[in-house]
Amino acid sequence: MSQVKPIESSNDFVIKFANVNGSGSASANELFARAIMRMGVPVAPRNIFPSNIQGMPTWYEMRVSAAGWLGRRGGCDLMVAMNPQTWDRDIAEIEPGGYLFYDSTKTLPRSRFRDDITVLGIPLTEMCNREYTDARQRQLFKNIMYVGALTALLGIDFAVVEKLIADQYRGKDKLIGANVNALKLGFDHATANLPCPIGLRVERSDGVGDKIFINGNDACGLGAVYGGATVAAWYPITPSTSVIEAFSSYCRKYRTDPDNGMARYAIVQAEDELASIGMVIGAAWNGSRAFTATSGPGISLMQEFFGLAYFAEVPAVIFDVQRGGPSTGMPTRTQQSDLISCAYASHGDTKHVMLFPEDPYECFTLGAQAFDIADRLQSPVFVLLDLDIGMNDRLCKPFDWDDSRRYDRGKVMTAEMLDSGKNFGRYLDVDGDGIPWRTIPGTHPTKGAFFSRGTTRNAYAKYSEAGTDYVYNMERLRHKLETAKKLVPAPVLTPAAQPSRFGVVYYGSTGPAMAEALELLDGRGIHVDAMRVRGFPFADEVIGFIEAHDEVFVVEQNESGQLRMLLLTEGDIDPKKLIRVLHYDGTPITARFISGRIADALSASKVTPIRKQVAS
Amino acid sequence: MTYLVKPKLLRADAPRNALGYTRRDYEGAISTLCAGCGHDSISAAVVQACFDLDIEPHRVAKLSGIGCSSKTPDYFLGNSHGFNTTHGRMPSVLTGAALANRDLIYMGVSGDGDSASIGIGQFAHAMRRGVNMTYIVENNGVYGLTKGQFSATADKGSKSKRGVVNSDTPIDLAALALQLGASYVGRSFSGDKEQLIPLIKGALRHRGPAFIDVISPCVTFNNHAGSTKSYDYVREHNEAVNRLDFILPRDKIEASYPAGSLRRIVQHDGSILHLRKLDADYDPSDRVGAMNYLQERQALGEIVTGLLYVDSGAVDLHRHLNTVEKPLNQLGDAYLCPGSKALEALNAALR
Repeated sequence: MSQVKPIESSNDFVIKFANVNGSGSASANELFARAIMRMGVPVAPRNIFPSNIQGMPTWYEMRVSAAGWLGRRGGCDLMVAMNPQTWDRDIAEIEPGGYLFYDSTKTLPRSRFRDDITVLGIPLTEMCNREYTDARQRQLFKNIMYVGALTALLGIDFAVVEKLIADQYRGKDKLIGANVNALKLGFDHATANLPCPIGLRVERSDGVGDKIFINGNDACGLGAVYGGATVAAWYPITPSTSVIEAFSSYCRKYRTDPDNGMARYAIVQAEDELASIGMVIGAAWNGSRAFTATSGPGISLMQEFFGLAYFAEVPAVIFDVQRGGPSTGMPTRTQQSDLISCAYASHGDTKHVMLFPEDPYECFTLGAQAFDIADRLQSPVFVLLDLDIGMNDRLCKPFDWDDSRRYDRGKVMTAEMLDSGKNFGRYLDVDGDGIPWRTIPGTHPTKGAFFSRGTTRNAYAKYSEAGTDYVYNMERLRHKLETAKKLVPAPVLTPAAQPSRFGVVYYGSTGPAMAEALELLDGRGIHVDAMRVRGFPFADEVIGFIEAHDEVFVVEQNESGQLRMLLLTEGDIDPKKLIRVLHYDGTPITARFISGRIADALSASKVTPIRKQVAS
Repeated sequence: MTYLVKPKLLRADAPRNALGYTRRDYEGAISTLCAGCGHDSISAAVVQACFDLDIEPHRVAKLSGIGCSSKTPDYFLGNSHGFNTTHGRMPSVLTGAALANRDLIYMGVSGDGDSASIGIGQFAHAMRRGVNMTYIVENNGVYGLTKGQFSATADKGSKSKRGVVNSDTPIDLAALALQLGASYVGRSFSGDKEQLIPLIKGALRHRGPAFIDVISPCVTFNNHAGSTKSYDYVREHNEAVNRLDFILPRDKIEASYPAGSLRRIVQHDGSILHLRKLDADYDPSDRVGAMNYLQERQALGEIVTGLLYVDSGAVDLHRHLNTVEKPLNQLGDAYLCPGSKALEALNAALR
């Protein structure tokens, strides 16, 4: 051991598990994260996984934060190195004074370690081979065994983990016994042979409160159930697949007719993304609430249909769980890089509504709200989350629902309204908000039928090649998208402690890191007003916020600054005013990164105003 | 698409069906297709079939893709909702619509470019999936709107108007539909309404994917010598395997046929298909036999028409998905939203 003092920290550190994918480590690691939460300490875990089924490296990064910071911190205080393939880079990643936990069955030369870290070895393979004969059991229980050892090393109450296992395998006593046994083997061995507890400790706290632990994709699936979706059509694609899996499982639970076991929903796995969105549009045209879930490549494939839905004015909800692009890009890494391809999707002049949830709570609420907005506007609505929110379990506010709320089905003309002599012009703006009335097929024997099409038509849905009809329609659509500004969720303002001429605009999964970054900046005497954008077209407050500040940082997770581009175009803003803060290597953005960039930019502009900004 | 509004003149003695509607109530806007276009005959056959079946026009949803054929839903059933979607993607939009409301009758109209080229994937998967629909391809072997290019159903060796010989192997959509699981497959000719109308009726009353390939000559770009989709060629090479009489359960059966020459098939709703055999060995309930027969006859240069296959006990996508009887688009909030109590229990399970 070197002169570097081992890190001492209670309830505030980062543990990283380096595993081989397909080895069953994910559930053991998740069990450990839950154990810490049961101690009342907030944890933010993140799965860093390959686009592969078995044999490639995978990491599980767990941020323990008494303060409740849920953004990625960066760095690693304790590495659980279970993958020989990535050993060297894993060892290198440990903070000076940090800890290494590893399987010491095979003796490694001194040169493979570092002398400024604390090394904690347990002969896991040897212990498993002694205890189990079955190869799969050896593998799976090795994971539980290291969870047991870590329980001892971090001073976690053994009974908490034991209870967690009992809860998880309720009704399967055999599994409970076997898992607790493996847990105890690891716990006892560590207690007897290692300096337990180490400098990193988990102490009982009340930081979790009534928060729930769920991932964004599950929350989107639940939001679609609560939002009244009855038709889902989809094509498998990482990282959005589990949105549909969740919708399917919540539907089985909540939407199965109790009398006859029949489904109050329909889910179709389509042949491709084009068919998925086609089915959604067909169902919505016919009066059902319908959605699909996809990612960047799917958005590219669906472009023509987005134009049809926009122009023929058919509702649709699209959950886009963004991943690294362009092309196949980084399928298992996170990015916010589909904004432009959604905002103006399809050829011709279009503009689409986008919602930006920041966490699973908002995936649920905005996910449900998306269906009301889509029906009200008769236009596609994109819910843009990303892999970081979608696929990682996250602590968030518990879900809530107002039982007096009714779905807003929008302007649907009924048979009674048609009979009462109401003038029905499918594309006629009778209310002055740009939104026309529609009828659902089958409504009335002789009134209200119309022919939907992607070609130009007059206000009564008759084919027309007249320029005046075209212009009327395009202007009405533009007006409708103005109306949309008032329907999308309002931005969230976080004012600085003191009045500031600097602002920062951000959205989506950047939220948790930004909250922490603002506090870090505040600690350094840097005051910045912050606005989290939650919808597009931008509410007037967003543009007003930018106008009220001299310089505004636009923080996002893509290479070209896509939100910034939208702000410039839609708000007619001077480009010099909007400063890019971009993070796009596929890992979630951190508070250290954001606060560092903003502090650097502000100090640079004070000292040498003409210095070029460091490339992002 | 039309610019013209059809004048509403009606003869006092115009025949009315059981609903009190005349044929005019099943018509649409005036066609803007070329005079003599086979597609207009198909539209007329659809009108006649719906009139005869006493279908309420507003209970039909008609969907199409892009192309001359896909314009035609504007020209029939003016009181039905229609959706002229994107090129080759009608099947997915129709599938979604059918999921939303299982009670309407879905009619998909497409062309050979729309279904055999750009949309062959969606065509195939809608058949496989068992969507309850009548899918009509108005097949002329040529792209009309873009002025005469070959389509994927053009026969090898057939000649275009400009004299170019097609060297690509043709796609037989009826054969494909058979292979892909369509439960009602027919082929007909737009110039033979006696054959076409009952085929459409049978399809409309069939449960499951019903597919009809209608050879429909393009008078402007594909009706010349050397074409295998011209009126003359199709008349000469048409080999009907049977003649179909469609009979509603309430109808009295009047015709009598020689013993052994008639096949009687009862569909799920009690409607009856009377098949007068023209080819004694042809069995329309044998999918594999039908596929073989089509291949053999095609090799001889014959166009096999008639009801090629029917499975009267077929089930559809809704049965596969076990959806509730009430259309999904009519389920109220209370049937859809689990409410706050369920959410509280779920929250507790997520801690």
